[in-house]
Amino acid sequence: MKKIFAAALVAAATSMSVSGALAQSATLAQVKSRGILHCGSGTGLAGFGLPDAQGNWTGIDVDMCRAVAAAIFNDPAKVKFIPLSAKDRFTSLQSGEVDLLSRTTTWTMSRDTSLGLNFAGINYYDGQGFMVRKKLGVDSVLKLAGASICTQQGTTTELNLADYFRANNLKYEVVAFASNTETVKAYESGRCDAFTTDASGLYAERLTLSAPADHIVLPEIISKEPLGPVVRHGDDVWLDVVKWTHFAMLNAEELGVTKANVDEMMKSPNPEIKRLLGTEGKYGEAIGLTNDWAYRIIKHVGNYGEAFERNVGQGSLLKIARGQNALWTKGGLQYAPPIR
Amino acid sequence: MTDATLENAPYAFVRKETLEQEAAPLSVAGPVAWVRNNLFSGPVNSLMTLVCLYIVVTSVPDLVRFYFIDAVWSGTNRDACLADKVGRPVGACWAYIADRFQYFIYGSYPVPQRWRVNIVFAMFALGVVWMLWDSAPWKKVGAFFFFVMLPISAYLLLLGGNGAESFLRFLILLSFALAVLYLVLSFVPNLARFWVPPALLAVEQAAPPWQRFHGPKRLILMALVIFGLIAVLEDTAGLPRVDTGLWGGMMVTFLIAAVGIVFSLPLGVILALGRRSRLPIIQLLSVIFIEFVRGVPLITVLFMANTMLPLFVPQEYSPDRLLRPLIGVALFAAAYMAEVIRGGLQAIPKGQYEGAMSLGLGYWQMMRLIILPQALRIVIPGIVNTFIGLFKDTTLVTIVGIFDFLRTIEATLVDPTWATPTTRATGYAFAAMFYFLCCWGMSRYSIAVEKRLAAGQKR
Repeated sequence: MKKIFAAALVAAATSMSVSGALAQSATLAQVKSRGILHCGSGTGLAGFGLPDAQGNWTGIDVDMCRAVAAAIFNDPAKVKFIPLSAKDRFTSLQSGEVDLLSRTTTWTMSRDTSLGLNFAGINYYDGQGFMVRKKLGVDSVLKLAGASICTQQGTTTELNLADYFRANNLKYEVVAFASNTETVKAYESGRCDAFTTDASGLYAERLTLSAPADHIVLPEIISKEPLGPVVRHGDDVWLDVVKWTHFAMLNAEELGVTKANVDEMMKSPNPEIKRLLGTEGKYGEAIGLTNDWAYRIIKHVGNYGEAFERNVGQGSLLKIARGQNALWTKGGLQYAPPIR
Repeated sequence: MTDATLENAPYAFVRKETLEQEAAPLSVAGPVAWVRNNLFSGPVNSLMTLVCLYIVVTSVPDLVRFYFIDAVWSGTNRDACLADKVGRPVGACWAYIADRFQYFIYGSYPVPQRWRVNIVFAMFALGVVWMLWDSAPWKKVGAFFFFVMLPISAYLLLLGGNGAESFLRFLILLSFALAVLYLVLSFVPNLARFWVPPALLAVEQAAPPWQRFHGPKRLILMALVIFGLIAVLEDTAGLPRVDTGLWGGMMVTFLIAAVGIVFSLPLGVILALGRRSRLPIIQLLSVIFIEFVRGVPLITVLFMANTMLPLFVPQEYSPDRLLRPLIGVALFAAAYMAEVIRGGLQAIPKGQYEGAMSLGLGYWQMMRLIILPQALRIVIPGIVNTFIGLFKDTTLVTIVGIFDFLRTIEATLVDPTWATPTTRATGYAFAAMFYFLCCWGMSRYSIAVEKRLAAGQKR
């Protein structure tokens, strides 16, 4: 009985959200008339979305929203951040309360299809990683045979760990804890040899250890966690706006256009840069923006590399290496289709 | 027969002088006796004392060492609180609290606009002192200030923007019109005969013109002064709109608690009276509301308000994200308050009702003058209990993405700028102190009020 009722409720909610999505097929027009972008952000994750001492939101996911706002309004401050928990993020997007969800959301098939969402690219390739003590002398996960590994209970992390060690025929011992804090404490007190969670989280957790320099993050990434901005199904123009905002930042990095030199680059004879910055062609108008949309993004937020280094890379305390997030020209996975 | 006094004592063995008073034996008075009576009066108590003593001895020195002796009091980033950077064991990282203190108070409220929050805080403090300090003058003006002027001013100052501006203009016009009205009434008091009872009107008429209608005139003057000052502030500094999404920290915690407390008491009284009413519809509605609200957890209400409501209501019409939990918390507290107050109403003997009726008092007069003052006094502990519970429940709004005080602390805990092994313990200790001080203050105040109101009951 209870289940039937719940199913009816879900069905009702889904049908309403679908009709809502159809009615709002012009999210861009709505954002423009409202004068501010509603962006679903996380509730606080170092490097991705976090209020600073003045209360301003910073992070790589936050910069994604600021870039979209810059492209539309020429003002990166025209964003209202609505902090959403992992539970209610998709409901808020479906109900139209946020125009864009940029909150370390993993792109999975079920989310992309049955939840009625569209992923507009991948702005961070994350995956599960391992941290060990330096003095253990281990430089690869494959050398962790027989090790005890601290992890959080009931997460996909635990399952990935089991899969990976079984696939590689390694023995290991899992020590699982209910909360992340407990897990880190246990690892630090020497209860286990290694600690595993998403790689981006490992760097943040390392800083809370009493001697961060004594610990290293191993190079292997054992799972795929592609994180990216999400929009509703059914508004292709809006999907294009968000998708190409991300691509513009990638293309800018590839072409060497930065926040500092973007004004000089306006005079560049390179046709690719000309098309990017809107001095040639009408590419911005095709997605309902002005032709200098990419110029605005780079001027206010910077290219992808700048956003990365500032928030999670060498310019931040996390000091995460580019790794898979390097451009395809530098051995990474970040690849943007050309603007032409 | 003569009395046996010292003077006429016939025998040498009768002592002639009074003995010096001796100190009470050690087993009855003094520290040893106190310890025996209070700490070791029996085997069970002795055991309890030893256990408590053991806990204190094992925990307090470490706590003092961690939170005070080894603590770091100043610094600009995590290096100040890292043991190997400082070269000594590091306890609590108070430097982190000092660095993020502004954020804990204001949340993301824009820095150049924070003076507006300060003004509201100052007005709130003034109102609280005015209302709570027993011998403060002009209590009625104080109540008007706290319950009418403060919420309006807080709305105008904190939110700002075009809506607030036109509302302010309307309010100034309104108070100006009222001022003119009462100026006229001062000279032609007879005009007030439509709404002032004749007896009171006669009193006003007997006074000289400038002293007539003293009460309303004071309130209007205060409204004019406050609204005028806000208008001046708006003209000079400007009050641009600050979206509620940027509000946070203690400001939001106090806001939710204050709205909950201020609205739940009158609503609770009405619901309690409604539930005891003989009118079936009113009774049914009150019962349905109270039982429904008590039957669902607060988290559900908040979750429905902030996650599900937008699914059913079009974006343009759905209320503000902060307003929704404010209303939810206030209604929720009102239902609990109603049941507490109903307990007080039931404790009043029937004779009080009959006595009031035999004096010819109507229903509302009876309630206002006879029943409620007694009923509310009886349930002060219950009322304060509800208030304290409400204050602590404000932390639940974090699950719908509102950055209240506790959430601002948690958000800074993951910030790499201050990521150290002791940051977490420091942050939560600070939160605990804040909540303890607020709740303890409320409970102490309620005890004082109880004592004062119970003075007439003592024999």
